[in-house]
Amino acid sequence: MRRELSRRTFLQTGAAVGGGLLLGFTLPPLSPLSPLPPRVQNDGPFAPNAFIRIDRDGRVTLMMHKVEMGQGTYTSMPMLLAEELEVELSQVRLEHAPPNDALYAEPLFGVQETGGSTSVRGNWEPLRRAGAGARALLVAAAAQTWNVDTSSCHATGGVVIHGPTGRTLAYGALVDRAATLSLPGDVPLKHPKDWKLIGTPAKRLDSPDKVNGKAQYGIDVRLPGLKVATVAVCPVFGGKLASVDDSKAKAIPGVHQVVRLADAVAVVAEHMWAAQQGVAALDIRWDEGPNAQLTTADIVRQLDAASQKPGVVARKDGDVAQAMAGAARKIEAIYQVPFLAHATMEPVNCTVHVRPDGCDLWVGTQVPTFAQTAAAKVTGLPKDSVLVHNHLLGGGFGRRLEVDFIVRAVEIAKQVAGPVKVVWTREADIQHDMYRPYYYDRIAAGLDERGTPIAWSHRVTGSSIMARVTSELFPKTLRVMRAAGWHQLVAMVKGLDVDAVEGAAEPPYALPNIRVEYVRQEPPSIPTAFWRGVGPTHNIFVVESFIDELAAATQHDPFQYRRALLDQSPRAKGVLELAALQAGWGRALAPGSGRGISLLHAFGSYIAQVAEVSVSKQGDVRVGRVVCAVDCGTIVNPDTVKAQMESGIIFGISAALWGEITLKNGRVEQHNFNDYRVLRLPEAPVIEVHLVQSTAAPGGVGEPGTSAVMPAVANAIFAATGKRVRKLPVKDQLRPA
Amino acid sequence: MVTLKINGTAHTVDVPTDMPLLWVLRDVIGLTGTKFGCGMALCGACTVHLDGRPVRSCVTPVAAATAKQITTIEAIGETPGGRKAQQAWLDLDVVQCGYCQSGQIMSAAALLATKPHPTDADIDAALGGNICRCGTYPRIRAAIKHAAGD
Repeated sequence: MRRELSRRTFLQTGAAVGGGLLLGFTLPPLSPLSPLPPRVQNDGPFAPNAFIRIDRDGRVTLMMHKVEMGQGTYTSMPMLLAEELEVELSQVRLEHAPPNDALYAEPLFGVQETGGSTSVRGNWEPLRRAGAGARALLVAAAAQTWNVDTSSCHATGGVVIHGPTGRTLAYGALVDRAATLSLPGDVPLKHPKDWKLIGTPAKRLDSPDKVNGKAQYGIDVRLPGLKVATVAVCPVFGGKLASVDDSKAKAIPGVHQVVRLADAVAVVAEHMWAAQQGVAALDIRWDEGPNAQLTTADIVRQLDAASQKPGVVARKDGDVAQAMAGAARKIEAIYQVPFLAHATMEPVNCTVHVRPDGCDLWVGTQVPTFAQTAAAKVTGLPKDSVLVHNHLLGGGFGRRLEVDFIVRAVEIAKQVAGPVKVVWTREADIQHDMYRPYYYDRIAAGLDERGTPIAWSHRVTGSSIMARVTSELFPKTLRVMRAAGWHQLVAMVKGLDVDAVEGAAEPPYALPNIRVEYVRQEPPSIPTAFWRGVGPTHNIFVVESFIDELAAATQHDPFQYRRALLDQSPRAKGVLELAALQAGWGRALAPGSGRGISLLHAFGSYIAQVAEVSVSKQGDVRVGRVVCAVDCGTIVNPDTVKAQMESGIIFGISAALWGEITLKNGRVEQHNFNDYRVLRLPEAPVIEVHLVQSTAAPGGVGEPGTSAVMPAVANAIFAATGKRVRKLPVKDQLRPA
Repeated sequence: MVTLKINGTAHTVDVPTDMPLLWVLRDVIGLTGTKFGCGMALCGACTVHLDGRPVRSCVTPVAAATAKQITTIEAIGETPGGRKAQQAWLDLDVVQCGYCQSGQIMSAAALLATKPHPTDADIDAALGGNICRCGTYPRIRAAIKHAAGD
């Protein structure tokens, strides 16, 4: 293979095995560690981690470590490639780069992940550059075939056309010659006005198999000799297995084996039913350890105490103390948000076959390379003998950024002869998740005589997911951090979790004196993790609720109050005005109803939402309508953006109204969808999404809808009832005493 | 031994009679389109049809299905209601992660078979038991109306 440097992306070309053209290229590490879009690395050794293969029949296959969990990435990624390659979207197929194929056994660099609303942001340029490079090669191959000048040829619809004569050659007929050519130095990208695919509502490529049962998720793996296991984990975090009597379990027909782990027992069986019955028949004694009495109230007390001490400074402009001292009025509040489970529709599961010479994993994961590393560590096998067969994800939301369940499955599989599929029950999935942290925020503002905030102070207290992930990933972290930017590394060394303060440190409003701090306080033994964004899922709730409080306290309209603070942020102002206009802001609503507004700038996107709620006499909240205005820069697929907003809004309403994981006696009190309530179809609001046309760089859309809707709902509740919700979930807070 | 008629084909399987139909379909017969979501009839991911009526297979003992025609997502496209629902799902790009959609389509197909022009209240009643964490509800409602030609 030859190595060439196109302007900002390494491309490598060569012949594919069995004929055709193969291009290898490098996608940047995409990491939820970085709220910023990653940068393309141009230095260091070239190690491609994505490939385009064009077959002799003209079919284009894009191979990359990128997973589909509903967000539409299997459609938007091929769109970016097809746009510059000049092929129909239907000609492109996306495959997980097969880890067992020697051809692709290049050392992966950095961290390959799907998360942090980064797919389009990170791959926007490299994928188009790769497509443009491939197209240039095919055009050159055609020009050479015809012995004409390259400039007299152009490509469209997978065909190269010689302009003067009208002769055509399909890509499939050109691939072998193209594979022998050198890449031209610098291939310009198309002007946005010439785009044919980007900006169009292309149909999802993964839909057909998802409506007929053919789509294969990790849990659907079938293998010869496959056994199924399910697991009982110590219900108290930090506890251990003391002893287990498995005689009754082993007597159940279909049960093969009982596996003991340090803090869990698994029953391996012929099928899930026997495994479940086996677990139910186990007589287990747990050593519950130091957290046997732990309750949510204990954790909140610890957070409250920690929040009274100064934290690491995340943002400091002006002099807050002085401005606060000179303020006409001071308003302060404490906001709290709970632990949350992910509750993906596909309970976590992982299929593993450990052999003396290697290990295979069949799993749906957002982090295939971490899965490989984790399995290598548990088995003691070299990393390159661990093969990860990645699958569709039945929901991610951050849950499948973690490898805890993969580690446990490998620990079980080490003791089992042959392949074993370890499936968590819904109860185990909810009670042994890794949770969105409980956050405890102190926020205060000093207002001048007109009610304008002249001082703003916000202290975020809670768990640092970044700190955990960073220590787990070291030394890979250095590479990730370099891609994300040195300033984040410096901030982290000082103890700042840039993710925990995202949405708090940079509110879009004019705040001349602002101080934002972060205090790290870990809950004892409760594992915490990303959850459809983390910082913004709580910070936007806090900031947007508090801005609403300031407007109410000074008798201002909440929309106009925000608007007046946005002269320096035209994109934020634009979405705010659009949402208000489309929602009919100011129009009367029925008694018991209210309208609330929110504004978000996070994940590189601007979003404003107006929610309409009605509150019954019993205090039950119904969200009837949500109007959402989005400026996410250049839009690759508008239908995907709309779908992600609908999705995020519904996900966020579930959390705002009912989502809560609580602890008693060290145990999670919730079990299943009966007590971890989520929104159902009859409860879903009408959602109207309005997109702002923009040529700015693309922003993320997977997560922000969730963050924006929570304060919109809380502010609408205030408008309807006069009650300010400072603690989520709303649950029965509005119930009459 | 239990004999089941699934998607028009008879399958004889050696399973306990109280085993939920879900696990017989998935782990014994290998029809994995029917999904496990909660195990307690709370989420609807495991919905199949018994003689055309939707049931939650995670709480349906196999003994209750022996004398019935069992239809799963793999064959629902062969029924008029199922075909319409699947096409509407494609036309409106309903799916996201897709995991719950087998169950959603099975509920929608059963609804369309009995009520070719369902009202919003009919849709609420028929689909209210099917959870989707990706929040495809607005599109599911729209797709059912689209399938009905309303």
